[in-house]
Amino acid sequence: MQLFDGNELKKVAEIKAKYPESKAALLPVLWMVQEKQGWISQEAMQYVGDLLGIPNEHILGVVTFYTMFNNKPKGKYHLQICTNVSCMLRGGYELFNFVSDKLGIKNNEITDDGMFTIEEVECLGSCGTSPMMQVNNKDYYENLTTEKVENIINNFKTGHEN
Amino acid sequence: MANTKVIVGLGSCGIAAGAGKVYDELLRIREADNLDFELKKTSCIGMCFKEPLVEIIDDTGSYLYGEVDIKKADEILEKHIQNFSPIKEYIVKSDKYESVYKNYFDGQVKITLRNCGNINPESIDDYEESGGYEAIKKIGNERISANEIIKTILDSGLRGRGGGGFPTGLKWKFANNNRSKDKYIICNADEGDPGAFMDRSVLEGDPHSELEGMIIGAYSIGATEGVIYCRAEYPLAIKRLNIAIIQARERGYLGKDILGIEGFDFDLYIKEGAGAFVCGEETALIASVEGERGMPRKRPPFPAVSGLWRKPTNINNVETFANIPWIIVNGALAYAKYGTEKSKGTKVFALTGKIKNGGLVEVPMGITIKDIIYKLGGGIIGDKKFKAVQLGGPSGGCIPEYLSHTIVDYDSVNATGAIMGSGGMVVMDETTCMVDMARFFLEFTCKESCGKCTYCRVGTKRMLEILTRITQGEGKDGDIEKLEELAYQIKDGSLCGLGQTAPNPVLTTIKYFRDEYEAHIRDKKCPSVYCKKLLTYEIIEEKCTGCMVCKRGCPTKAITGEKKVPHIIHQELCIQCGDCYSKCKFDSIKVF
Ligand SMILES: Cc1cc2nc3c(=O)[nH]c(=O)nc-3n(C[C@H](O)[C@H](O)[C@H](O)COP(=O)(O)O)c2cc1C
Ligand code: FES
Repeated sequence: MQLFDGNELKKVAEIKAKYPESKAALLPVLWMVQEKQGWISQEAMQYVGDLLGIPNEHILGVVTFYTMFNNKPKGKYHLQICTNVSCMLRGGYELFNFVSDKLGIKNNEITDDGMFTIEEVECLGSCGTSPMMQVNNKDYYENLTTEKVENIINNFKTGHEN
Repeated sequence: MANTKVIVGLGSCGIAAGAGKVYDELLRIREADNLDFELKKTSCIGMCFKEPLVEIIDDTGSYLYGEVDIKKADEILEKHIQNFSPIKEYIVKSDKYESVYKNYFDGQVKITLRNCGNINPESIDDYEESGGYEAIKKIGNERISANEIIKTILDSGLRGRGGGGFPTGLKWKFANNNRSKDKYIICNADEGDPGAFMDRSVLEGDPHSELEGMIIGAYSIGATEGVIYCRAEYPLAIKRLNIAIIQARERGYLGKDILGIEGFDFDLYIKEGAGAFVCGEETALIASVEGERGMPRKRPPFPAVSGLWRKPTNINNVETFANIPWIIVNGALAYAKYGTEKSKGTKVFALTGKIKNGGLVEVPMGITIKDIIYKLGGGIIGDKKFKAVQLGGPSGGCIPEYLSHTIVDYDSVNATGAIMGSGGMVVMDETTCMVDMARFFLEFTCKESCGKCTYCRVGTKRMLEILTRITQGEGKDGDIEKLEELAYQIKDGSLCGLGQTAPNPVLTTIKYFRDEYEAHIRDKKCPSVYCKKLLTYEIIEEKCTGCMVCKRGCPTKAITGEKKVPHIIHQELCIQCGDCYSKCKFDSIKVF
């Protein structure tokens, strides 16, 4: 497997040079893999291991320890719904269950068309404007209601802007 | 109009509320109608509950507009900018009118958040114009020594804002004492504490103050390299920090011989986490930076002696660092003027849960919890009854309403069994079940335990099982005692703060709401009418019209009755799904 191109390999070298030990480059390089592929496969772990000279079992250990590393594919829209305390108090679970029912998938599952994955996540720091959802580790949607979230999902489906 | 500034709040909360679109609209109209005003960006000023916020500053004064959507933006431009007539009903703060949010603003003293919501976080010029990098310049110009800075920080009384409350000056002194050639300084921006988001706000709103604080720290302890360990969940914070780092390098605040002080070389980089609450614990954080699973290590040795790559390392929280430049410029006494004897200065609190004004407030230490919740927070949503507030998240505890005169300082809060933590205040009302709350927090810590210590890994699981049973109506006599016993074992037997504090929510709810536990266990009732399995649904005969809606929807056929005749719920068949309750149009089902 040759996952990274020349530029990416250069970036890996730069990352490695920052640290006294190449192991420290592991998290940033895994992020690179995930950004490129959407998730981190067994083959990718092997590839990263060879690249950094780190044993495979260590990489598997790291990938499975951190919740944001995906060791299986995610939908095009990764809906991360917070059910932690402040969101829970303002309907985070209702929101999660609503989306789960609407899409017909459970936590960490992917819809048949590959469009959506839902994930119950811990506090993302939008507690003052809860309940909230983050999409693809990037965009925040806050003060949500079931109507608002339905709208957002429909817009994703139809390719409209949110 | 020439001097008019229009400033849009573009923190995460603002953007989520649509501030990006409002900004684009303002820009579009300015170009289309050839209007003459300066359009600027800033970050969150803490009023998350009123986002999107747009401030207009003109020759007559300043006007902060709340909940601005595209339509309102058009209206504001037309009336305020073009016709000089501010729209009073949209204004949440102004130096011209008394605001309904007067208490919210007047109760605050902004030191940590001094620039948040006032400057463009992506502009180093903005930061410098508002007094940024003055502290470093002062150190350079006046040749202030590391020891003098440490003394100033000690005298200011600043205590670490990451949760532990350890005196920052003392921490720096230990790190300074170490004679090692290589030392590290780390900013803990992992902010995983549920219900807290002040660090995010500082990073998004004022990243340069973070850098300046770290540079001063590095100078004081003799560190040559810095790391900002930031959770990957905060992409905007990371983006703005990166911009700030590049700008600071260009101006010579980072690099070699900083500010002409020969031999003062310092640079820093960001290390992104990948989702693990425990990585906020300092030794786990170090392990994570090194590329390991984020498992805490035994202390001693403390990081000040052997930290990152076994070198002396000083770790401080985001909020702690943000205070440093202000203290250097204004002096230790100016800071120590605020607060109580042992907790000086100000503290940022995040108001969340069942509170009207959800957002951030910065107050002098020593004000009461009640004042924060009612005066600044505006009270409870729906004016329900305030029951308790959780301070310190899953590591903290609840403080009941009758102790809400407690002042916020480290010692007073600790005395209740809660902790100050990072300053998250999760407000709960009469509908919140305290037993379920304890169960909820245990579920969190159990999930987030790294698994290294048996007590933390298995003990929290056992506690969670008991709490789950209780909330499902299967509590037994002796459960409370068993929980207490486990709690003390976990506290004693865990290596790091996660396990040592995990039982706090259980212990404090038992202490203050034992009657709720007993009602669950003995009477199989949830006094807050929250725990599903313990609810009873009954039809109020006088109100029931016999419309048959509930009967048709009932999944277990527990409801019987003829058309137009009051129905009956057969309790032995009811599974407490609540379907009838939510569907009844005549409010004729009571639940208790
Ligand atoms: C489980 C756990 C999680 C923690 N999370 C954080 C965190 O997210 N941010 C933080 O600054 N400190 C956190 N801490 C505290 C750190 O270990 C450390 O004490 C702190 O960063 C020191 O900074 P300060 O002296 O400025 O408070 C956590 C501690 C524990 C035990
Ligand atoms: S609890 Fe959901 S964002 Fe903080």
